Amino acid sequence: MTEQIEGSLGVAKAVALCHPGVVCAYPISPQTHIVENLGKFVKSGALKNCDYLNVESEFAAISVSIGSSAGGLRTYTATASQGLLFMTEGVYNAAGLGLPIVMTVASRAIGGPINIWNDHSDSLSQRDSGWLQLFCESNQDALDTHIMAFKIAETVGLPVMVCMDGFVLTHAFERLELPTQEQVDSFLPEFEPKEYLTPKEPISIGSMVGPEAFTEVRFLQQRKMAKALKVIEDVTAEYRKITGHHSGGLLDCYRCDDAELKLIIMGSTVGTAKDEVDRLREQGVKVGIISLKSFRPFPYEAMRKAIGDCKKVVCVERAFSFGARGIICPEVKRAMEGTGCDVKTAIAGLGGRAIYGTTINGIVRAAFEGKFKDEMTWFDVNSNVLNSYTKDVEGVTFPEGPLSDSQLHASVK
Amino acid sequence: MLEAIKFYQTGSNTIGNRLLNPSMRTIQASVDRPNSLTSGHRACQGCGEALGARYALDAAMRATGGQLMVVNATGCLEVFSTPYPESAWRLPWMHSLFGNAAAVGSGLAAAAQIRAQKSGDKVAPRVIAMGGDGGTTDIGMGCLSGMFDRNDDVLYICFDNEAYMNTGVQRSSATPPSARTATTMPIGEHPGADWGKGKDVPLIAMAHGIPYVATATVADLRDLEAKVTKAMSFHGARYIQVLVPCPLGWGTASNVTVTVARLAMETGFYPVYEAEYGKVTSVRKIRSKQPVTNYLKLQRRYAHLLKKNADPNVVARLQAMCDQNIKDFGLLGDEEPEETPTAIVAYERSQAV
Amino acid sequence: MLQIRLHGRGGQGAVTTAEMLSLSAFLEGHFAQAFPSFGSERTGAPVVAYARIDDKEVRTHEPIQEPDVVLVQDRTLLSVVDVFGGLNPQGYAIINTAEKPEDVVPELCAKLPKGHVLTVPATDFAVKAMKMNKPGAPMLASLAAATDVLKLESVQKSFQTRYPGKVGDANAEAAALAYNYLKDKMKEGK
Repeated sequence: MTEQIEGSLGVAKAVALCHPGVVCAYPISPQTHIVENLGKFVKSGALKNCDYLNVESEFAAISVSIGSSAGGLRTYTATASQGLLFMTEGVYNAAGLGLPIVMTVASRAIGGPINIWNDHSDSLSQRDSGWLQLFCESNQDALDTHIMAFKIAETVGLPVMVCMDGFVLTHAFERLELPTQEQVDSFLPEFEPKEYLTPKEPISIGSMVGPEAFTEVRFLQQRKMAKALKVIEDVTAEYRKITGHHSGGLLDCYRCDDAELKLIIMGSTVGTAKDEVDRLREQGVKVGIISLKSFRPFPYEAMRKAIGDCKKVVCVERAFSFGARGIICPEVKRAMEGTGCDVKTAIAGLGGRAIYGTTINGIVRAAFEGKFKDEMTWFDVNSNVLNSYTKDVEGVTFPEGPLSDSQLHASVK
Repeated sequence: MLEAIKFYQTGSNTIGNRLLNPSMRTIQASVDRPNSLTSGHRACQGCGEALGARYALDAAMRATGGQLMVVNATGCLEVFSTPYPESAWRLPWMHSLFGNAAAVGSGLAAAAQIRAQKSGDKVAPRVIAMGGDGGTTDIGMGCLSGMFDRNDDVLYICFDNEAYMNTGVQRSSATPPSARTATTMPIGEHPGADWGKGKDVPLIAMAHGIPYVATATVADLRDLEAKVTKAMSFHGARYIQVLVPCPLGWGTASNVTVTVARLAMETGFYPVYEAEYGKVTSVRKIRSKQPVTNYLKLQRRYAHLLKKNADPNVVARLQAMCDQNIKDFGLLGDEEPEETPTAIVAYERSQAV
Repeated sequence: MLQIRLHGRGGQGAVTTAEMLSLSAFLEGHFAQAFPSFGSERTGAPVVAYARIDDKEVRTHEPIQEPDVVLVQDRTLLSVVDVFGGLNPQGYAIINTAEKPEDVVPELCAKLPKGHVLTVPATDFAVKAMKMNKPGAPMLASLAAATDVLKLESVQKSFQTRYPGKVGDANAEAAALAYNYLKDKMKEGK
């Protein structure tokens, strides 16, 4: 059915089609509309055999999810930003226990300073948590990815984070096509946990493991991640066949054939960039986009294939690692090791700073003009704001336009 | 009349049990006791928590006909019962984190309910969440209060040994004033834990208006069994706090765990009562009222209070605290045999030697 | 692609208006997108919302800097916010007021083609039909009257879909009042 609805409602409807047994969440912008809608479905009786729990914190939200998933139910929760950090201990725990929870992260910056707008610093802070992390470029992609996420999680035996850009996607009204219940049922059968807590067959879950076996536990966990690469591809193929929707996957290439520059982007910026790439192509600029969907597991092989012979790559990143550099870039470099491919990071869109088509245009032009000297560049930084502080306090002024990592380092010498 | 005879030792197959009619006998006296926490675990000698957990869970197993699942917070009980790859648990058991047992319990109870609903089962397995006082009154307080607030169908049992024993005896919000812990050393002007701090979680639980709250100790295991059984007759959030002496943390001999727990009751130090929907419904009366020093002197964590140069006002304050408990909860019974229990006499003799 | 920017104050339903705009376009078979400017807006504070209409999938998610149409739901914003910033020189502006365009925004009238700046007492129509200051439906109806982007019927249907029953019908009525008002004005103008 095609509807003109808010992204959050679309995701809520998609989750409801998957018939979770427990939905539990704590309010935090911009995830609230998703769980509000699910609460409505449960209370109205539209979503049957489902318990909706209003909990007192995100830590409780993930903990309730751990309990219900260990109890053998398909479980869903959602969070963002500070909420994701507040549940961190449980996030790692859920992965370690191998619980196939699906959680939406309505990506939002982390404070302080407090900021409610979109970037990827929340989800990427959890890159080592053992969760699969799937990024969505549109609301249709988000809707479909949630349905696929349950199947992927349950096949692999690991939790899945579906990362959709807060506000930009969650609060946008767009034309969405929901699969039918029959389609979802044929794709996603009733959850049959291999192991769950029941008096019928008492087991102990979550016992202490010492040095004698901990490495092996981790090895096996990593093995699940390796398995996930294929599972994501298979599940995506199956879902696309059933619905005809072009969503999901490990990554997706746009106008990459013959591209002399490839932009690697995650999330809603991909759509904006596609429009700009079309305009640039009309002007004869050979640029393509690799929309990175699966950040964890990172698809090294698929990435190497997608980049191919292209020697110029810029990762447009909406988060970075303090005291280090970009987060996506080093992964891409690993994928391209030994190929001589030049991989750079353009930091843009932090804390909700809008990424416009013109931003993408600027990045592409700068890349072709060889302006990315350092691995990382603060592309959309506003030197006026910086100077209003540094000029008076330290006597340091920054020039207009993008600032490179070495400019930043030079400014403290 | 059988009821007229008072035997307190009903925890084993002793004379007391044989004189009781079968329905009144303790679960542990039965050959088909569930052994929920079975032997072979790694608890210390004289561990009050292992004793309390075993009795409480076996009682709940019987009350639910074996339809029971347990969530265990991080702590001694979790560590000593499940060294990989072994498990001392003969029931469905899980451990997630230190501070989230109550919430995991909520999720598990929801799962059990929905699964039963879907498969048409009339009875869904019941859930107990449990932890030590640190995992309950401190780091787990948010999840605990949330579970109470939602009135989720979970019995939470706090095995209260009044400090963080698993990490090496640090103060918790359940640590009594003046007690020595690794973070409240008996040094300085006011040795031991501060006065005017700490929280009374049973009363906090009652303030949530939940169906059932009780306190108990491992000195009265029959009472503990009865309370757990009663708790399982309610649906909704329930809370039982069991005083479980820790020989290591309290500095008690491993053979006085039960004695010291009994003295906690008989001095009024640890009021034992039941409450339903926020109101106290019954109180375990003191059988032989004891001065607080009799309780203190068994424990090295209070040794600094009984030294020659110690401030006598501190013991007086602790006595006043006991007296206040006795008054507030009406702990005094009809009979007051003011005699020193045999265990105390034996202890004093051993000290004299 | 047609890009529309809506300016209102928190509580007047500017975000809902954008949503209804996208729904109206959807009902007419177009691809459409609507989204708010994201902030922690409180009641009474200036609010911006955006909408796009196209005949192919709307992929971009950037805020609208160069709108083809600006809808001003609250005329007190004119002195507070640069509501017409970036407005397409061939674009439209519709302002919620009973006064004449030339009296309210003379400079803008001079810049845009004749008849591209319109005023409509949307609040009056809303209050008349719904007893509430929710000028969204009359504003969208005005857009329908002024341009061929939308039909009045789809504006009405969008509100009736989103708010089945009395509220939807009252919005539809308010929309009709504004539509007829502007159509009459435009006849007069000719």
